[in-house]
Amino acid sequence: MNIRPNAILEVDALERRFDVSAPWLNRMIERKPRRTLRAVDGVDFVIQRGQTLALVGESGCGKSTIAKLVTGLHPPSGGKIRFHGDRDRLQMIFQDPFASLNPRWRVGRIIAEPLRTLRPDTPEDTVSARVDELLRTVGLAPADGLKFPHEFSGGQRQRISIARALAGEPEFLVCDEPTSALDVSVQAQVLNLMKRLQKEMELTYLFISHDLSVVRHMADVIAVMYLGRIVEIQPTMDLFANPLHPYTRLLLDTIPDLDAPKRDRSPMGGEVPSPVSPPSGCSFHPRCPLVFDRCKQERPERRAEVHDRRVACFAAEAGA
Amino acid sequence: MSDIVLDVQGLRVEFPTRKGILTAVDDISLQIRRGEILGMVGESGAGKSMTGMAILGLLEPPGRISGGSIHLSGDRIDTLDDRAMQAIRGRRIGAIFQDPLTSLNPLFRVGDQLVETIRLHTDLDKSQARTRAKDLMREVGIPAVEERIDNYPHQFSGGMRQRIVIALALCAEPELIVADEPTTALDVSIQAQITALLKRLCRERGTAVMLVTHDMGVIAETADRVAVMYAGRLAEVGAVEDVVRRPKHPYTTGLMGSIPSLRKDVEELQMIPGSMPRLNAIPPGCAFNPRCDHAGPRCRRDVPRITEGDATGAACWLEQTGTVEEGAIA
Ligand SMILES: Nc1ncnc2c1ncn2[C@@H]1O[C@H](COP(=O)(O)OP(=O)(O)OP(=O)(O)O)[C@@H](O)[C@H]1O
Ligand SMILES: Nc1ncnc2c1ncn2[C@@H]1O[C@H](COP(=O)(O)OP(=O)(O)OP(=O)(O)O)[C@@H](O)[C@H]1O
Ligand code: SF4
Ligand code: SF4
Ligand SMILES: [Mg+2]
Ligand SMILES: [Mg+2]
Repeated sequence: MNIRPNAILEVDALERRFDVSAPWLNRMIERKPRRTLRAVDGVDFVIQRGQTLALVGESGCGKSTIAKLVTGLHPPSGGKIRFHGDRDRLQMIFQDPFASLNPRWRVGRIIAEPLRTLRPDTPEDTVSARVDELLRTVGLAPADGLKFPHEFSGGQRQRISIARALAGEPEFLVCDEPTSALDVSVQAQVLNLMKRLQKEMELTYLFISHDLSVVRHMADVIAVMYLGRIVEIQPTMDLFANPLHPYTRLLLDTIPDLDAPKRDRSPMGGEVPSPVSPPSGCSFHPRCPLVFDRCKQERPERRAEVHDRRVACFAAEAGA
Repeated sequence: MSDIVLDVQGLRVEFPTRKGILTAVDDISLQIRRGEILGMVGESGAGKSMTGMAILGLLEPPGRISGGSIHLSGDRIDTLDDRAMQAIRGRRIGAIFQDPLTSLNPLFRVGDQLVETIRLHTDLDKSQARTRAKDLMREVGIPAVEERIDNYPHQFSGGMRQRIVIALALCAEPELIVADEPTTALDVSIQAQITALLKRLCRERGTAVMLVTHDMGVIAETADRVAVMYAGRLAEVGAVEDVVRRPKHPYTTGLMGSIPSLRKDVEELQMIPGSMPRLNAIPPGCAFNPRCDHAGPRCRRDVPRITEGDATGAACWLEQTGTVEEGAIA
């Protein structure tokens, strides 16, 4: 992989904590301490302009929180986010197409809004022509602009949010599970569209998906997260060919495989640890098949290596 | 006693609108046996959720069942009133929706919601119900249950919220679970836990499951049979190995072809050109004909159906008769 010196996003030691304490009164009565959850715990990565970086990892590991930090919906509790682009042209496709569309607005108005914000002087007929075009781009019809979000199925609503994101002429798109509500044939259309737009407009994507076959198709670089941290980051093909972190290996082994389904699959062992009280040392150690003493005491750091291949694991370090 | 838990015959769901009646579910027949998982797949907007909602008695007016019948273990349920249906939901049919927020009240702690549901359907007292709630949360893989039972829904990640909904659906040990995209927002490891959980319920408690999902990998590893829907109709029904490996309907073939592979690299994914027709513009004959490479005159005239009495097959003239030419009047 060639590293070009034109990073559009640099994330440095990013942290986000949430207060998940019981209410004040309960804390007093039950003598419970204040509790903090470290949703994002010292994350760094760089995204090059025109490239796609994918975040993968277990539910609750902090992917959506990173997405919201990058788009400014949450302020960070620590660390830095440097965005070298036009903030107005940073758009997000949300994980939840139900919550993210205003139910009282017609679809046409929803899609037009980012366009009106970006270019307030655009004449009305240009706006509506652009909305029609966007609806067609995502496989809906111009007439759908007159309807309300509740008149659409889940997948159709996700296409509306994609159209809305594209209306803002983004240069950087944060896509949180953009196709997980879509069926595979519409997914193929949306992914092909996203790739085409990327090529034509040099779009950059921060792409979140739990579907590793989708990620493999879309991403240039994959960052694997576990409990608020990136445990491994590698160019896509290298990650699939040579996963370094034991968690990544487990993850790759768990993908349901259409070509060789394992119907008697036993799910990954171990309870998912709590981000409120993460395990000591390497937070993966209670579930790791390679665990040794040092892992329980010391926290492995991600060692910088050649290119963007980095892994936070003592065993991988020793083997490398 | 027959072991058929869910028996849907000729189901139709309609939406009257200003411009006429839209048929969202058009003559669907399905059966699910004890301990069986039926996977439902198909184009976005094909009517999968509507079918599930009709079974649950949760269609929102003006949507309504306009034909056919639904039986649950021999009892007809599509004609019941709202109160009777409400009693059946939760107790005999568990529901897991695409959007976890439909099942969770954002204003209440998840523990309280679980305890309330458990107490509604069992005669456990408050502290027993709380113990059961914790067991269920553990069963669906929520970490640090003691700490999190008193959190509110928004304090959980999308995937964790969905697991709590699954715990809610399991509270009363229902005969049938209708799961609409239960693992859509989940990563593979939790997804594997949830599907393993559903499979275990089927095996150990004989629960019948209707599993709506876009994820063919999940279908391949979880479902016993698969029903493929297109434009409100059934395109194909069959055993999972047959539908995945030897699809008979051209739409199913296209669907299988558009899945990104874990082994092959392609610049562009294979696509089925065009999009599913709007409900108010379904072409005559086979609804798939404008997108089908094999379409012929018969496809544009007669609606192909999965032959009655036979619970498997493809609704396709080419598959059924070997020809798409004029043929006999159906
Ligand atoms: N507003 C909040 N208050 C308290 N905790 C939160 C809040 N938002 C997220 N969290 C917690 O932060 C952690 C990370 O959540 P996040 O939504 O980023 O996960 P995710 O990786 O996107 O998961 P999923 O794949 O399930 O969507 C979780 O433990 C979650 O419970
Ligand atoms: N209130 C409504 N009024 C009119 N049409 C509706 C209404 N609600 C849903 N529909 C239509 O009914 C059809 C079936 O929707 P349904 O939600 O069952 O699709 P689905 O197969 O579950 O799709 P997805 O995979 O995207 O969830 C869709 O074409 C949708 O546009
Ligand atoms: S550091 Fe130790 S426990 Fe952590 S992943 Fe590596 S071997 Fe396993
Ligand atoms: S009936 Fe005709 S149009 Fe429909 S799927 Fe079969 S060949 Fe294609
Ligand atoms: Mg998320
Ligand atoms: Mg649906």
